Amino acid sequence: MHVRNRSLAATLAACFALSIGIGIHAPALADEPGVSATEILLGGLHPYSGPASAYAAIGKGALAYFSYVNDKGGVHGRKITYKDLDDAYSPPQAIQLTKQLVEQDHVFAMFDTLGTPSCSAIRPYLNDNGVPQLFVATGASTWGSDSAKYPWTIGWQPDYQSEAIVYAHYLLKEDSNPKIAVLYQNDDYGDDYMAGLKFGLGAKASAIIKTAAYEVTDPSVSSQIAALKSSGADTLFIFATPKFSIQALVAAAQQSWHARIFLNSVSASQTILGAATKAGGVDATKGVISTQYLKDPSEPKWDGDSGMKLYREIMAKYLPGADTNNGFFTYGMAVAYTMVDTLEHAGKNPTRKTLMDAAIHLSERDNPFVLPGIIVHTTPKDRFPIDQQQLARYDGARFSSFGSLISGRGR
Amino acid sequence: MKGEGLRKYAGVVLIALILALLPRFVPSYAAFELTFVGAYAIGILGLSILTGASGQISLGHGALFAIGGYTVAILGQKLGVPYWVSLPLATIAGGIVGLGLGLVALRLEGIYLALATFALAVATPSTLKHFRSLTGGSQGIVLAPLAVPGPFHGLLTSEQWLYYVTWVLAGALFFATSVALSGRLGRSLRALRDNEVAAVSFGINPQRYKTLAFAWSAAYAGLAGAIVAIATAFVSPDTYSVALSLSLVTGAVLGGLGTLWGALLGGVIVEFLPLLVQKVNPAAPSVVYGVALILFMIFLPGGIGRAIQSGLNSLRLRRETNHART
Repeated sequence: MHVRNRSLAATLAACFALSIGIGIHAPALADEPGVSATEILLGGLHPYSGPASAYAAIGKGALAYFSYVNDKGGVHGRKITYKDLDDAYSPPQAIQLTKQLVEQDHVFAMFDTLGTPSCSAIRPYLNDNGVPQLFVATGASTWGSDSAKYPWTIGWQPDYQSEAIVYAHYLLKEDSNPKIAVLYQNDDYGDDYMAGLKFGLGAKASAIIKTAAYEVTDPSVSSQIAALKSSGADTLFIFATPKFSIQALVAAAQQSWHARIFLNSVSASQTILGAATKAGGVDATKGVISTQYLKDPSEPKWDGDSGMKLYREIMAKYLPGADTNNGFFTYGMAVAYTMVDTLEHAGKNPTRKTLMDAAIHLSERDNPFVLPGIIVHTTPKDRFPIDQQQLARYDGARFSSFGSLISGRGR
Repeated sequence: MKGEGLRKYAGVVLIALILALLPRFVPSYAAFELTFVGAYAIGILGLSILTGASGQISLGHGALFAIGGYTVAILGQKLGVPYWVSLPLATIAGGIVGLGLGLVALRLEGIYLALATFALAVATPSTLKHFRSLTGGSQGIVLAPLAVPGPFHGLLTSEQWLYYVTWVLAGALFFATSVALSGRLGRSLRALRDNEVAAVSFGINPQRYKTLAFAWSAAYAGLAGAIVAIATAFVSPDTYSVALSLSLVTGAVLGGLGTLWGALLGGVIVEFLPLLVQKVNPAAPSVVYGVALILFMIFLPGGIGRAIQSGLNSLRLRRETNHART
């Protein structure tokens, strides 16, 4: 008798279990998936949980900008719905959620999916099905350079390699004989920066006398900093995500290492340097050099700027209570601006094809959230929307830009 | 008692029927998600053998998933080995690594074994990145899409085909495991778990059985990892973070360690809990995992599987008592 009930219980349990998450969905009625008379549906993935969750602010910023556009009437009379899901920075979750978004929700396009591993995992599927994968939030160079194989995919931000090249050229101009130490994240993102740095240094690549890698799961990078310091280097490159950048800056100050510091733009926001200054004193951040391509919301020189005023207005209305100094929100709004621009150019009755076509014919001179002078520009052959950057130096309280706009891809 | 036997299999047959017909009624992506359920269930079945029957703890099964996943990825990329060959090889690779782990595990007990396997899980991503020429480093490897074989071509999508392969394998393994665990092997493992001295005095060789349990369990994890890799069509070191190992253990505990149905439920939990939690609190799934684990340890140590079982048992008891009275 015992056995019978066990199997009965199990059957019930399994039926219950299988009923979770399954539903039969009617196919979209419109000709083009995700486009109705009143709505355009876009899908997105950001790590709202897990080690990379700081980036979730990008998704929130983009959503806030879409809400603002919708309240002003939307694009060609259609409101944008942005279904942004949490993939926890995990490729298996990313591919499942993407299939769900494409096959269940019938999204028109994927927009601003974040992270190289996740974006790499979903790229073949989206390209096989002709779904645009627009303006991915990663700086790997593959998004712009592999368009022959993946014509439905395009990046947005300056790629990491060209950023590192900008640093290398600047450094060699300042100091013909530097001794360089590098802290980098042990993944494709760190690799890309390292490759760019070596390329930019060219014949001087031997000036890199010591490198140290860390894993995203490491609790701290202070031992790496100690090892780098002991090499006797006078220049430190930090190719690290926000949390580890703060640790590195603070550790260098605590170990009284007064090196010339270059910090990757990924971590170069007021929130992060402010936190490092608080923890390690002004010594930790004074003189840190980075690049920018977005307006830094914490820089007072933008206080009167109409783009920043708009940014603050949108933050106040759609993300009340959030830290407006967090540059990831600015990033989200800036990339959402490009998305709206692309939708406008995709025509009154957009298709996936006209959308992709618009994405590779961008000439956006008026994005209010990127630095003045930067043109978000693409052609079918040049699929790097932003390739201009601006050097900036932190004085212990805020960033000030110096020099003129530099194009990193002039190689 | 003849009817008993029929009823015993009624539940199994019903589930098999549901699983066989489901792809007809649900969209392709839902079959895709259920493929992951099947793969995770196979992996957790392995954990269930190891922890439930043999009493050894592994917090490092994510590493064995990586062995399976990278075996199919590397064999496919470097040598063009088709999946029907590389899938069994991935299972064997998992088993061999598990055998090695089992030998180490003989010297470690309880919390020390847990910590050692946890260290393995932590070290997995960096190890994969280190052997760059083989594993593609942090860029990972894109796998070839799964082709539907001739006879089923046009009848099934690639997702549905993988779904059937996974669930047929899962069904076979659940059946084989249930047979093995209810026989001499299972009795020996349980005897060792409950009282090693007594078991040894009955002539059970602890080294042999404990190592065997590890290898057995690891082979399942290797297979599960290979299926997940084929379904995702992409492997990268970050896929096999500590979080994977921990979510497998969470699934095993919440589903119910040591019962076969618990392993099936565990697969459902690993696949769908993150999606549910996302709706509750997008910021803190790991907190929800942790709280769920603690609550289950206190209130439902046998997991959902056991809880449903004992609930139904007490119902039946009441009914039978009533029956006896009348």
